[in-house]
Amino acid sequence: MEIKVLGPGCANCHKMEELARQAVKELGAAADVVKITDIGQIAMHGILSTPGLIVNGKIKHSGKPLPTLEKVKEMIKSEA
Amino acid sequence: MLKAFSHYVTYSLLKLDNGTRLSGAVEFFIYDTIKIFLLLSVIIFVVSVIRSFFPPERTKRILSHKREFIGNILAALLGIVTPFCSCSAVPLFIGFVEAGVPLGVTFSFLISSPMVNEVAVVLLWGLFGWKIALIYLGTGLLVAILAGMIIGKLKLEKWVEEYVYTIKSLGMAAEGARQTFRDRLLYARANTREILQKVWLYVFIAIGIGGFIHGYAPDDFLARYAGNNNPFAVPLAVAIGVPLYSNAAGVIPIVYALMEKGMSIGTVLAFMMAVTALSLPEMIILRKVIKIPLLVVFVSIMTVTIIAVGYLFNAII
Repeated sequence: MEIKVLGPGCANCHKMEELARQAVKELGAAADVVKITDIGQIAMHGILSTPGLIVNGKIKHSGKPLPTLEKVKEMIKSEA
Repeated sequence: MLKAFSHYVTYSLLKLDNGTRLSGAVEFFIYDTIKIFLLLSVIIFVVSVIRSFFPPERTKRILSHKREFIGNILAALLGIVTPFCSCSAVPLFIGFVEAGVPLGVTFSFLISSPMVNEVAVVLLWGLFGWKIALIYLGTGLLVAILAGMIIGKLKLEKWVEEYVYTIKSLGMAAEGARQTFRDRLLYARANTREILQKVWLYVFIAIGIGGFIHGYAPDDFLARYAGNNNPFAVPLAVAIGVPLYSNAAGVIPIVYALMEKGMSIGTVLAFMMAVTALSLPEMIILRKVIKIPLLVVFVSIMTVTIIAVGYLFNAII
């Protein structure tokens, strides 16, 4: 499974990355968490407000406020 | 009821003497604090629910290939309800352009979004009354529509960085469109909490200025220099406001102090617009997608329109 966290490096983007890693760990999922910080790349993925979360090519979240850890787990589980 | 409560706290709980400057200030502070935080909570919550229906992706679809004028008006209005933070200005700009949103329409959105929002309107309403809140809302939209239309008419697409046009979306579908009403309420609660956490301190400072500096400095201190009779007050206020950076909540304490000390309403509104709509960090961010000539045009048009709004209100109020 491929999980992408998209954000140029604001505080919320770091939190989003932590959430994704935490969720993967707690679920014991076999997944790579990739951070994408390039603005062009972020736009190319169709994310209009950061941070964004993409699981297996599907946009699961974008913008603020951040989802809860439980929500992130659900997003990952739904693609497992 | 609120008045009775603040009266009770001031004179019965805190046992302050009636009729002193201090007790009046304390009563005013308690009353205003409760009133404004109630207003903020309720209105941010309601706007957040509306907001959950307009994620930027949807706004982009609504605005794509819209004709100018109609598009500018829609963009300015959607700017109020679409969640947006200036840190996302670049991906949003690229996404809009890629989806075929005209340049001028994109600018109407980028101008209205940080300048005209529920926090600004509620704070103006709570501190200065609904008339000034409505005037700010109306003129803010007008500035966003006009500036966007002018940029559209000037056909400045050549001054957008070339790479913006080469980015092609991977066409990923956004999920989670099927939100239940409960999801929206949960989103609204989270959003309200986040905004309140961000603004509460500024609100306290603003009310504190109103409650305690009120009456201590001469009321006409600024009126003498920046009142209605000084034709340079508006451009000067805007020139000071442009490089300053703050969200609507952050500028409110300053605005309150300026109004209290006799600066005229048009000048104050122009200052507030300049601070929220134009800032150095935002220009640095926008520079990543547009070239310097367009940046200069953008800032000049905004400055001129905001100054015009300032003069207009100084003349009619």
